[in-house]
Amino acid sequence: MDEKVGAVLVVGGGVAGIQASLDLADSGFKVYLLDESTSIGGTMAQLDKTFPTNDCSMCILAPKLVTAGRHPNIQLITHSELEKVKGKAGNFQITILKHPRLVNVEKCTGCGLCAQNCPTEVPNEFDQNMSMRKAIYVPFPQAVPLKYAIDIENCIKCRLCERICPAKAVDFDQQPETVKINVGSIILAPGFEGFDCHLKTEYGYGRFLNVVSSIEFERMMNASGPFGGKIVRPFDGKIPRKIAFIQCVGSRDAQLGNNYCSAACCMYAIKEAVIVKEHSSNPLDCTIFYMDMRCYGKEFDAYYERAQGEWGIEFVRSRVASVTEDPSTGNLFLHYVEIEEPKEEEFDMVVLSVGMQPPKNVEKLAENLGIKLNKYRFCQTDTFSPLETSKPGIFVCGAFGGPKDIPESVAQASGAASKAMCIIATERGKLIAEKEFPPERDVSQEEPRIGVFVCRCGINIGSVVNVPKVVDYAKTLPNVVYAEENLYTCSQDAQKLVAEKIRQHNLNRVVVASCTPRTHEPLFRETVQEAGLNPYLFEMANIRDQCSWVHMHEHEKATEKAKDLVASMVAKARLLKPLKKPTIEVTPVGLVIGGGIAGMTAALELAKQGFEVHLVEKKKELGGHLLTMHYLFEKDDNPQEKLQAITKAVMENDKIHVYTGAEVVDVYGFVGNFKTRIKRQSGKEKEIDHGIVIVATGAVEYEPTEYLYGKDPRIMTQHELEEQIAKGEFKAKTVVVIQCVGARNEERPNCSRICCGQAMKNALKIKQVSPKTEVYVLYKDIRTYGFKEDYYREAATKGVLFVNYDDERKPRVVDEDGKLKVTFWEPVIKEEVEIGPDVVVLSAATLPNPDNKRIAEMLKVPLTKDGFFLEAHMKLRPVDFATDGVFLCGMAHWPKFIDESISQACAAAARAATILSKKTLDAEGTVAHIDEDLCIGCGVCISICPYKAIAKDENGLAKVNEVLCKGCGTCAASCPERAIMMHQFTDEQLIAQGIAVLRRATHG
Amino acid sequence: MSDEKKFEPKIIGFLCNWCSYAAADLAGVSRIQYPPNIIIIRVMCSGRIDPSFILEAFKDGADGVLVAGCHLPSDCHYISGNFKALRRVTLLKKVLRDFGIEPERLRLEWLSASEGDRFAAIVRDMVEEIKKLGPNPLKAKEVEA
Repeated sequence: MDEKVGAVLVVGGGVAGIQASLDLADSGFKVYLLDESTSIGGTMAQLDKTFPTNDCSMCILAPKLVTAGRHPNIQLITHSELEKVKGKAGNFQITILKHPRLVNVEKCTGCGLCAQNCPTEVPNEFDQNMSMRKAIYVPFPQAVPLKYAIDIENCIKCRLCERICPAKAVDFDQQPETVKINVGSIILAPGFEGFDCHLKTEYGYGRFLNVVSSIEFERMMNASGPFGGKIVRPFDGKIPRKIAFIQCVGSRDAQLGNNYCSAACCMYAIKEAVIVKEHSSNPLDCTIFYMDMRCYGKEFDAYYERAQGEWGIEFVRSRVASVTEDPSTGNLFLHYVEIEEPKEEEFDMVVLSVGMQPPKNVEKLAENLGIKLNKYRFCQTDTFSPLETSKPGIFVCGAFGGPKDIPESVAQASGAASKAMCIIATERGKLIAEKEFPPERDVSQEEPRIGVFVCRCGINIGSVVNVPKVVDYAKTLPNVVYAEENLYTCSQDAQKLVAEKIRQHNLNRVVVASCTPRTHEPLFRETVQEAGLNPYLFEMANIRDQCSWVHMHEHEKATEKAKDLVASMVAKARLLKPLKKPTIEVTPVGLVIGGGIAGMTAALELAKQGFEVHLVEKKKELGGHLLTMHYLFEKDDNPQEKLQAITKAVMENDKIHVYTGAEVVDVYGFVGNFKTRIKRQSGKEKEIDHGIVIVATGAVEYEPTEYLYGKDPRIMTQHELEEQIAKGEFKAKTVVVIQCVGARNEERPNCSRICCGQAMKNALKIKQVSPKTEVYVLYKDIRTYGFKEDYYREAATKGVLFVNYDDERKPRVVDEDGKLKVTFWEPVIKEEVEIGPDVVVLSAATLPNPDNKRIAEMLKVPLTKDGFFLEAHMKLRPVDFATDGVFLCGMAHWPKFIDESISQACAAAARAATILSKKTLDAEGTVAHIDEDLCIGCGVCISICPYKAIAKDENGLAKVNEVLCKGCGTCAASCPERAIMMHQFTDEQLIAQGIAVLRRATHG
Repeated sequence: MSDEKKFEPKIIGFLCNWCSYAAADLAGVSRIQYPPNIIIIRVMCSGRIDPSFILEAFKDGADGVLVAGCHLPSDCHYISGNFKALRRVTLLKKVLRDFGIEPERLRLEWLSASEGDRFAAIVRDMVEEIKKLGPNPLKAKEVEA
């Protein structure tokens, strides 16, 4: 029974559960993904757009759903619940109760004939009951698995579906089933429950029809939602002209028992306001009523700024007291106090920004598993173990560990996957199957037969581009034998359809006109491969990111441009050739740059998973910022003790090679096979071979130039204050703390995320060591998101005074005859106030490490405008770079707290493991090829190749080493004899792309 | 097509996958609006762009060509492809007039993946500039002939 099992149970199939499953399954572990619903997808599937990129939620989620659905190592167990857990870390025995679907999933093809004919209509919970569905249903069109289920409670048992189903899949005799499985570890990702707005009676939800919840509003905005993306008032179906958003409904509300901040609502409210305004053809006013705008994430403040400036969203700092309704019009009156003045304003519609609560039945889950919950009934975790529950072998990620947004949930999910892998590292690869594709069809003797699939992307493309016209046009293009439109070409049902059409029409080239190949090409390539085509016989026309989204108000011209883009890709597709992927060996060794908490955690995680790691730290000592931390929020945690323990673990681990006082000076190679030169301060150099790189270079504290900093020792940063308190030197009787020093200004518009928390921590410490000291905190917005709100409340309760300031009236600090004087505007009494503190503490911004630029250039990865590292995708790939094999964690990504850095570090390790766990990788088939008959052996390509991938063969002719070739194609552009064919980007293909468009313009 | 119709230039953009094509995608996700006159052809690296592709585009009637790559000196995903693009485009600009094409119709820009707004601004600016220049002279000749 003590034998370890190389499988993991993931509870909850939202975006976090899916990410954890994918990382585990891609690293050699069997995954059981359990969800109560009949489909995976979670809350993200219901959302319309996502902040701050305004990506369509389903568009970025659907590829993950599909990938999870068809992964050979992920077994979906939907419509089921966890019944019993026995055993311990390494070997748990799980009992799962499968509810009867009354549909045999092996037989159901998802054709939907049953639902079409079902006579019973019931409210559709996926649309928040604003639309109807049938008693036999799938929750949403992109559902995975795309298998129908009968809602037993509402079914009238007429058995029409049973008679009509062509696959004979309906089975009314199905009984509840108990399934027993064995796993080595468990990951909990059950997500959250939206706050029930009825409980906030003063806002009239449930009584006033035009008061809706934010999740209802998301469904309303969604193209596949109840009103086809049109926002209408439930009261009279009219289009609203004036919408109010009320923040903190069910959050930051001690009366309701939810003192915590729900962390994501400020941003989603801005997003909803921006999107609804963008979609409205009539003038529309949006006002957001808030207490503090908490835009603390990566580039969130820039989004907030644009909402105020470019999009003209109004922001009112006020807690709305109540909402009343004019019953004759359905209009709503908001009663609130702004700057001490009672006000009333009329709106057409009110959206309540609902907070996050622990999932339903969480107590039962906790009891079943034997894990502890915190006082808000979310999962109990600690600063230094943010992914661990109170029971070994059981991990947590996503909103169940505390309210959080999607990127943080995704990072935590990968992190939890790493934790889960560490326990069963020895069992890697024992329970898995390899993905197998059908044999490839030989199309070399066939004329091109092209299929074109034009995606509506809900309304993202369909509301701007006339999709039927594009489809009709595509049918007229040479070699196009089939064309059709899809609501979402990336959904699982559409993927199946594409594969079917390939077989049915004997297609040998496929063009999908939708979004960008940078995100969706891998998915579609796999689909054509499953239909027996070489994956390179596929191309994408980007008619969303580079057409409908950027020409939103020019429908006709956008349609013409979409035709051009399709013509261009069809022209290229005609010339596509099947390609082979060369295999590359993987060096199962990691390199971690930066030895702070993030870097050390990443190194330890990789080592625990059984990989060798090189850890390079510039400073003489490991520890980074943690070295300067003396106390934490949690009173009994001593950061120095923790740091010593972690450093010791790193130093004593024989798989980790530590280089302190050393720098990376040169990186050469690519995923699986990097070669890096490390230089020590002594000047000694060492070259190492490794398969992946993790960047954990941290950040630095801003050295203020304002408020007399540096000129007067009584002005100090939060770090310096902490040092002073820790040394017992703190004696001040009056302290003024100024927030946002060097942040949220013109030069650096973004928030530094951690300073509000630091200010609370230090203010509380002052109150602890010197309760009589007066503390004033001058702030723009207090951004103590999540459970940190408790510390804000505690500080306020203990007498810390919080005074809001804005850019027009910044505080002033002067030295008057040796006495410090701080003048600031007090908005409540509407007067300038002057105080003479003993100490002024500046919450200084966190700046990117100045080394970032050099490291980014070496690794060929991008930086943000601020100078932090820019990940592959802000929402769903938070720790990946677009460059394969390079990962990111900690403050190199953005300022963050210890627990967040640790989560990301574990995530980077998990992502790295998806590569390091493989003996070989398939490299890209897009490499250069030299035609021996045309080559004259001049050697220009040899000298020009940046990868030294070309050499002369025994006949003096140039030859490409396919494994070294990265496919840039610069050799092909330089060959005087045109002897080099750059596969997938050949001269003929690229020229044909231009001609297709230009000839159309001249003759069209 | 009536002669009265305002001249709408057709621009071909050769953009590298890693920085400049990503910038164009970012303009999309940020909903930054720009005129629909540009058609983008994706290449993996600006170093892939053979001067003959550009000449071919002009020959086929493009009113403008944009070549964009990763920032100099060292943002290039393929180490130095951007330098090769710089050399080739600079040289080509010198001889373009011999083909009867104003060099202003060919533009070389460096764009990072975070510069969606700048990509949109470049397209706007290019469209304005080329509108002033009028249609591709080669195309006008073809019509006369």
